[in-house]
Amino acid sequence: MNADRITEKLNILADAAKYDVSCASSGSKRKNESKGLGNASNGICHSYTEDGRCVSLLKILLTNHCIFDCAYCVSRKSNDIKRAAFTVQEVVDLTINFYRRNYIEGLFLSSGIFKDADYTMERLVRIAKKLRTEHNFNGYIHLKSIPGASDELMNEAGLYADRLSVNLEMPTEAGLKLLAPDKNQADMIKPMGYLKNAIIQHTEEKKLFKKAPIFAPAGQSTQLIIGATPENDSQVLQSANYFYKNFNLKRVYYSGYVPVLADTRLPALNTSVPMVRENRLYQADWLMRFYGFHVNEIVNTQQPHLDLDIDPKLGWAIRNMQAFPIDVNKADLQMILRVPGIGLISAQKIVSARIFGKLNWDQLKKMGVSINRAKYFITCKSNEFERRDLTGNNIKQFILAASQSKYLKNTQTQLSLF
Amino acid sequence: MITLLYDGTFEGLLTAVFEVYEHKLGYVKLLRADKHTKTMFEQVMNVVTDEARATRVLKGLKLKLSPMGVQRLYAAHLAEMDGEENILLGYIRYAFDAGQNIEDDYGNKFVMRVSEMVRMVRREKHRMEAFVRFQKLKDEIFYATVEPDFNVLPLLIRHFKSRYADQRWIIYDMKRLYGIYYDLHDTQYITLDFATNSNPSEVMAAFCEEEGTYQHLWKNYFHSVNIPSRKNTKLHVRHIPKRYWKHLTEKI
Repeated sequence: MNADRITEKLNILADAAKYDVSCASSGSKRKNESKGLGNASNGICHSYTEDGRCVSLLKILLTNHCIFDCAYCVSRKSNDIKRAAFTVQEVVDLTINFYRRNYIEGLFLSSGIFKDADYTMERLVRIAKKLRTEHNFNGYIHLKSIPGASDELMNEAGLYADRLSVNLEMPTEAGLKLLAPDKNQADMIKPMGYLKNAIIQHTEEKKLFKKAPIFAPAGQSTQLIIGATPENDSQVLQSANYFYKNFNLKRVYYSGYVPVLADTRLPALNTSVPMVRENRLYQADWLMRFYGFHVNEIVNTQQPHLDLDIDPKLGWAIRNMQAFPIDVNKADLQMILRVPGIGLISAQKIVSARIFGKLNWDQLKKMGVSINRAKYFITCKSNEFERRDLTGNNIKQFILAASQSKYLKNTQTQLSLF
Repeated sequence: MITLLYDGTFEGLLTAVFEVYEHKLGYVKLLRADKHTKTMFEQVMNVVTDEARATRVLKGLKLKLSPMGVQRLYAAHLAEMDGEENILLGYIRYAFDAGQNIEDDYGNKFVMRVSEMVRMVRREKHRMEAFVRFQKLKDEIFYATVEPDFNVLPLLIRHFKSRYADQRWIIYDMKRLYGIYYDLHDTQYITLDFATNSNPSEVMAAFCEEEGTYQHLWKNYFHSVNIPSRKNTKLHVRHIPKRYWKHLTEKI
């Protein structure tokens, strides 16, 4: 093995893959059978980069040669960068040896498109197949489904991989046409639709026959780039909601655009990454998936953008003051989940603990409720509660005055440059 | 108030519970024998760990708590936090005295505190599953050293055994000076004698040849995936606190 050459390739191809934010290694239930190597059950983040993102999988491109010319992508055809490509054996060796040292949970393999979609997809599948069949590897494998690849290849990919993903990148067709003229949304959606049906079919089979093969047990995900095109938060979340509902996606990732290329169609090179907006979108995403919010409650035509100062749940609460205050000792779990300052776990704790006796502020605090937010919206076993008739705006001001945004420091340092 | 002294084991704790009920003790303070300093007018009682009594208490607990509840109690015990024995004792007494299963009574201070302790221990266990870094030795054994905050090695066995079923490995706790060794069939607890006068070159010689290459590749990979324009040191350190860095290949 030529260590220097591999190192150089790894640097190039890991660097090109890092803008894909998907990192999950959870949701699969692949077991280690017949004393092989590895299992994929619960996600583990093995390390964290200095930007605070987790490193769970060996995330690399098979090659950064690409026939497409998408404006937002570092690997685009017209960009003058070093190109490299791994051989199948090199990827397999890296994965196995990193995995054995407990560096990673598995492999995340993506690729630039060389020649055509099927040719590229076939290479990706070949690596996954080799790991599974020749090396008895049961770790997590995440493969990119290449838009336009044939159904037979997608089917084979599903049999070896835990998760498959197609990156939509732009929330709307218009945005995609602007930045990636070679791609079209229909091509991207086609493999998604095929996989959705195949996953449903295999789950049904698995219920009937224990020996039926597992098919992409961790489902599908996708990624949307934020801030490269002028779409508003409402469009982003509506399109995320559409894909959750119609394609049973496990996750939609939002990636704040990192300016890497000079192009008149894109934000200038020195614009900062929209990290706060990205964070708010993730919060909204969680509200839709776990807290029972409908997308129209979070953003709608009157509220096309999420408030950057406050989180979307607090935003919803102060727009809907008529629903509060609620008594935590009586209200439904669904309603308790909607109170700002109460999370999933504390809500469940409240509901199971109140059977034993009514709860007071102290106990709520111990359970992890953030009292300085929740106090405006709830009552409990105590004479103290918010008696003033506050408007939503008052509450927002009180909460902002009492807390400090974790992002504030960043903006201050950026301002003081001038 | 009586001070009960026990030996720090889970069986010792259960025996102490037995003594409390046997002698109908009211207010007690439970303490590890080696943490005890004698004070004036203090009534001290030594608890001698007794397998039979501990088993009886455990059997009773299993009637009062779900299997998960007993597991959680054991996990909380592994935290070995000073003064927290009293919380565990309080929890067990509350469980015995109540007419129903009290695992979800988070309004009770013992139940709440135990759930916090369990969360801390579980988090440490999860961190160890992530931060163990094996180094391959000449004799094909994968060796890793750790210094977890709590004594979580017993909780790690199942995860690593099912994951690395086809390689021999050792995870060694440098703080508590014992480790677990998997020999392709079963795991056992081991202690190692480290030579005091070993020099660095001998240590390097014990690794297999490709070890250096892969460590180098991993460090390179770690630096390549970083996006400098998103730098966020605070978040980074919150995810990997500095005390873990010395055992992490990519952070050395």
